[in-house]
Amino acid sequence: MAVLVIAEHEHGTLKGATLNTVTAASQCGGDVHVLIAGSNASGAAQAAAQIAGVAKVLHADDARLAEQLAEDVAAQVLAIAGNYSHILFPATAHGKNVSPRVAAKLDVAQISDVTKVISADTFERPIYAGNAIATVQSADKVKVITVRTTGFDAAASGGSAAVESVAAVAGNGKSSFVGREVTKSDRPELTAAKIIVSGGRAMGSSEKFNEVLTPLADKLGAALGASRAAVDAGYAPNDWQVGQTGKIVAPQLYVACGISGAIQHLAGMKDSKVIVAINKDPEAPIFSVADYGLEADLFAAVPELIKAL
Amino acid sequence: MKVLVAVKRVVDYNVKVRVKSDGTGVDIANVKMSMNPFDEIAVEEAVRLKEKGAVTEVIAVSCGVTQCQETLRTAMAIGADRAILVETPADLELQPLAVAKLLKALVDKEQPGLVILGKQAIDDDCNQTGQMLAALADLPQATFASKVEFVDGSVNVTREVDGGLETLKLSTPAVVTTDLRLNEPRYVTLPNIMKAKKKPLEVIKPADLGVDVTPRLKTLKVNEPPKRGAGVKVPDVATLVAKLKNEAKVI
Repeated sequence: MAVLVIAEHEHGTLKGATLNTVTAASQCGGDVHVLIAGSNASGAAQAAAQIAGVAKVLHADDARLAEQLAEDVAAQVLAIAGNYSHILFPATAHGKNVSPRVAAKLDVAQISDVTKVISADTFERPIYAGNAIATVQSADKVKVITVRTTGFDAAASGGSAAVESVAAVAGNGKSSFVGREVTKSDRPELTAAKIIVSGGRAMGSSEKFNEVLTPLADKLGAALGASRAAVDAGYAPNDWQVGQTGKIVAPQLYVACGISGAIQHLAGMKDSKVIVAINKDPEAPIFSVADYGLEADLFAAVPELIKAL
Repeated sequence: MKVLVAVKRVVDYNVKVRVKSDGTGVDIANVKMSMNPFDEIAVEEAVRLKEKGAVTEVIAVSCGVTQCQETLRTAMAIGADRAILVETPADLELQPLAVAKLLKALVDKEQPGLVILGKQAIDDDCNQTGQMLAALADLPQATFASKVEFVDGSVNVTREVDGGLETLKLSTPAVVTTDLRLNEPRYVTLPNIMKAKKKPLEVIKPADLGVDVTPRLKTLKVNEPPKRGAGVKVPDVATLVAKLKNEAKVI
């Protein structure tokens, strides 16, 4: 049987998380199919067809799918679910929203945030904010999975799969889209960035956060992230939050400025390749995971760092 | 209108759990247990809706061991009017699909206009139950809520999504799951803790609801994550830059 990946896409382009999910899918066995459910998303369908290892792209195009409401996307997945042994979503805000609906309707367990595929029915996933790794086995007929994208490499390009249209189906019509406030940014997306500059409560205000960290992020071509404390205090927007319940990131370089390193923050960034911590508290737990720790006042050290780069 | 709020008893968020040496799970004997933080936000939101006059009754529900009664008492100390415990044996691992089925049966029985749950529990980190309940009960859902508002018989929910915020309009009954910034739960006061002791708490079994709670996933083992060792402290910015360039080669 084949394996289905539910693509994440926006404005006709495929989002990076889809590529990591394809890699996880290819380890489950069977041909990999990708579903693009959306409106005017043929650009994303074409892009999915070019992912190496994808055998077929299914494209459902309908205006009702434009806003990607959970009820509608889940109904679309369920319409074709019968053909698959595994259904995989990226563990993003969108994937997490839709996936459990699909699992519940199929009367199967969902395996959340999979970081490793051991065999077709056995997977590893972090629990307790990554303080333990559970190996779980599913006896269900279909495995519904969300994939922690940092656990898998992005699939390469070079495929040439056929794109097949599938009939669009409607959801229950009980929810509707009202509006969206998009945080505008020219920076790389947090979960896809090679370098992340992240700030904590010690930044003190949103003005200071921007004034001190933005030039460093500019210099490094980095994405900006924040600790939960900084987001809660209103220093940074909510979608910058890195941690157990925010974004899980694993960049090449993570620069933590004025972040103490609470368990739930470490859960979101400890898989980064290189971690730099700048903090004036020598006892800050962040130093226990940092490759390079600089015990200093960040308001002096960060400007100095910008100059030295 | 009634609101149903689901709460889970979990290891307190300040506790760093230890993996058992035999790899069968994490050691939760004698550690502090509390209400899942996202569920506390859910209870607070339901109580605020009641204080605003938008709802008439707040019912807290928990599924799990006898000690979940304490969690339900906390919910009632925050302001829930009554509570239901669906009690399960201590040796049963209750998984999200089973909890969603139990909640679905209670939704059928109680007919709430709104169900509020935490977006995820901080023990198994699943982030499934609310969405599963919505699917099983064929209700609209709004997950990761940062704002909940009743407007002309519908509920408008602002959600925290990748890239910003999104607002949805749901017909009621509906399912909402909470994100961190929905509200800041109040501190429970002693008089309210005393009052909560007198509020009704009903205990039932999964069989009373006709739900099979057999786990679907088998945990084969639980391991410590690979340790990330501490690196070095650098004396100044110049050394840091040199290390990043020459040793780590990341800039």
